[in-house]
Amino acid sequence: MTEKERTKMALTGNEAFAYAMKQINPDVVAAYPITPATEIVQIFAKYVSDGEVDTEFVAVESEHSAMSACIGASASGARVITGTSSQGLALMHEMLYIASALRLPIVLAEVNRALSAPINIHCDHSDTMGSRDAGWIQIYCENANEGYHTLIQAVRIAETVNLPVMATLDGFIISHEMEVVESLDTQEVREFIGKRKPLYSVLDVEKPIMVGPLDLTDYYFEHKRQQIEAMKKSKAVIKEVIEEYNTKFGFDFPVFIETYRMEDAEYAILAMSSAAGTMKEAVDIRRSIGEKVGLVRLKVFRPFPFELLTEVFKNVKAIGVMDRSDSVNSMGGPVFNEVRSSLYELETRPRIMNFVFGLGGRDFPMEDALHIIDRVKELKDGKKLDFVEYVGVRE
Amino acid sequence: MADTFSLSLKELAKRNKGLASGHRACAGCPFPAVVRMTLSASDFPVVVANATGCMEVTTSIFPYAAWPVPWIHSAFENAAATISGVEAAYKALVRKGEIPEQKKIKFIAFGGDGGTYDIGLQALSGAAERGHNFLYILYDNEGYMNTGIQRSSSTPYGASTTTSPAGKVVPGKMQHKKPIVDIMAAHGIPYVAQASVSHWNDYVKKVRKALSIEGPTFIAVYSPCVPGWGYPENKSIEMAKLAVETGFWPLYEVEYGFYKINYRPRNPLPIEEFLKSQTRFAHLLKKPEVVEGIREFIKERWDFLEFMATRKESRGLEENV
Ligand SMILES: Cc1ncc(C[n+]2csc(CCOP(=O)(O)OP(=O)(O)O)c2C)c(N)n1
Repeated sequence: MTEKERTKMALTGNEAFAYAMKQINPDVVAAYPITPATEIVQIFAKYVSDGEVDTEFVAVESEHSAMSACIGASASGARVITGTSSQGLALMHEMLYIASALRLPIVLAEVNRALSAPINIHCDHSDTMGSRDAGWIQIYCENANEGYHTLIQAVRIAETVNLPVMATLDGFIISHEMEVVESLDTQEVREFIGKRKPLYSVLDVEKPIMVGPLDLTDYYFEHKRQQIEAMKKSKAVIKEVIEEYNTKFGFDFPVFIETYRMEDAEYAILAMSSAAGTMKEAVDIRRSIGEKVGLVRLKVFRPFPFELLTEVFKNVKAIGVMDRSDSVNSMGGPVFNEVRSSLYELETRPRIMNFVFGLGGRDFPMEDALHIIDRVKELKDGKKLDFVEYVGVRE
Repeated sequence: MADTFSLSLKELAKRNKGLASGHRACAGCPFPAVVRMTLSASDFPVVVANATGCMEVTTSIFPYAAWPVPWIHSAFENAAATISGVEAAYKALVRKGEIPEQKKIKFIAFGGDGGTYDIGLQALSGAAERGHNFLYILYDNEGYMNTGIQRSSSTPYGASTTTSPAGKVVPGKMQHKKPIVDIMAAHGIPYVAQASVSHWNDYVKKVRKALSIEGPTFIAVYSPCVPGWGYPENKSIEMAKLAVETGFWPLYEVEYGFYKINYRPRNPLPIEEFLKSQTRFAHLLKKPEVVEGIREFIKERWDFLEFMATRKESRGLEENV
């Protein structure tokens, strides 16, 4: 731990992402504006115009082309970052799979926003959850400070495992809220990320390679298998990079999950992103009246840290899993289903239910957070409850 | 006939840079010749981006690799966006001193008519507007051939395809070809041209001219399709020639907005010569009104081109005619 006094900056989530990008100084940024991530592109474009970065900025005509250009640039050995949200991520969908399968370490600053229809610009997680199987590492950040640091770490993680990484912040709630960010010096950032050392490049005209060939029944599966293995192995790398970062710069960012007052918890809530902040306070409130409740914040959703979840939940009697999106499959949200599946091997078999909340930016007030805790307490006490409960909606 | 951009057949044959044998293009398919002429024409190393389609599929079946140059394929509609990224990376890496400045590389994207006129038009338009330094080559076989001969907006009026089948009521495709070269010219980019695989000298010149330019350039090269059009596999070049000689596919170029017709058939052949040689038009023998429609289309195209070519002056890219 260095005792260094960190520079404190008051930044919104978008500014924090953009500032990290400035310090990273990527070779290529190809991006397209969309609320609430627009500012990332705007701020970065200004850095380019003012000569504060020497990035080649490609102001593409769509997100599909943004990701396509990122793919071209990354396959050329460049360090590449883009940013988007919601419909933009959905439009990139086809290319997300191609980026990851071509093993390109692209970094994406994502701002979570609901998917149309109805069109809505506010926060939920349906956009990134819709890409959960696209082969990208997904890191859901709680606040602007974590977003800033995660984007820097993402560069190292991506380039070590040759997989793309998206770091996300909650739209408006975080992207537009001013917070204190404890920043690194640019020199520290540059040293930490080093230079990209690509294995191959299509710009190597002396050693021509073909990227993205046709792969039929005889090889496709082997290539996919390798990609799956890379995602599995990325767990060790994510841990290593975040721990090194913490030690080097004196932070204590959680790696995959953050546990809050879980030591003697009898029941627990699992939440992601900014809602975890609210939930921590709710846990404190209930703890103050003697409730043995704890919180697990799931930060890395891909790769899915099921081993840690099995471990952390093995002694609780009931769990409430919060989802800010729904799978529209009649059995709740994606986080719920994966968490529940992780617990299958547990002899203790904790009871578990799902709370879908905050769709389309619906406010998540303290009373709802407390309500969720109280419901899980009822579940712990043996009450029969619905499998999935929709919180904060008029029914 | 020495001029700035021509390359002698001898020199071209000496360079002989093309796809490796063993690629899976159909017997008689002319796009391997397009690739060979393109790569041999370049005085610089090139990096190629390929849209999904016949060319991509037949030249890249893993673990075989037919291309002698760096090549990238990512999807169908985005060859122009992908090459934008490659070119942007090149610029950035030169600026940052990672690639020596004197190391010139040229960037070429290949797309079929589906990948260019239709699904890829937006990405192409965007890349052209942004001014990336790249040459986009459309190999036009007038249909989605890779997926089994469906109509594209390049498919000629009256042609039968699997999604515009000639039937009892509808005699094939009922729309004319989209004027893609003029659409690209309207972007105000430095150079666009229309060429044919049958006219090698004209094509090679156009490629070399395009590659001499910093900025976006576009060439549409006519590339007949044996199974898609229905003619014997030794007749691809003949089909392309017929398209030019009947006036159906004029050879022209647009330099900084100035149109120039490169070839005027002295005695244009009747369009029937072209139509009757291909099964996709076979049903038109009993549809003189459709044939008339094609004839009118040709006339309108030529009226347009002749009119545009009356604006005489040109800005540079000198050569003797
Ligand atoms: C987004 C998307 N839609 C559809 C396809 C299926 N597809 C692959 S190639 C192709 C047609 C290609 O036609 P064209 O661009 O004319 O090239 P050709 O095969 O004729 O050389 C289609 C429809 C695809 N790969 N991706």
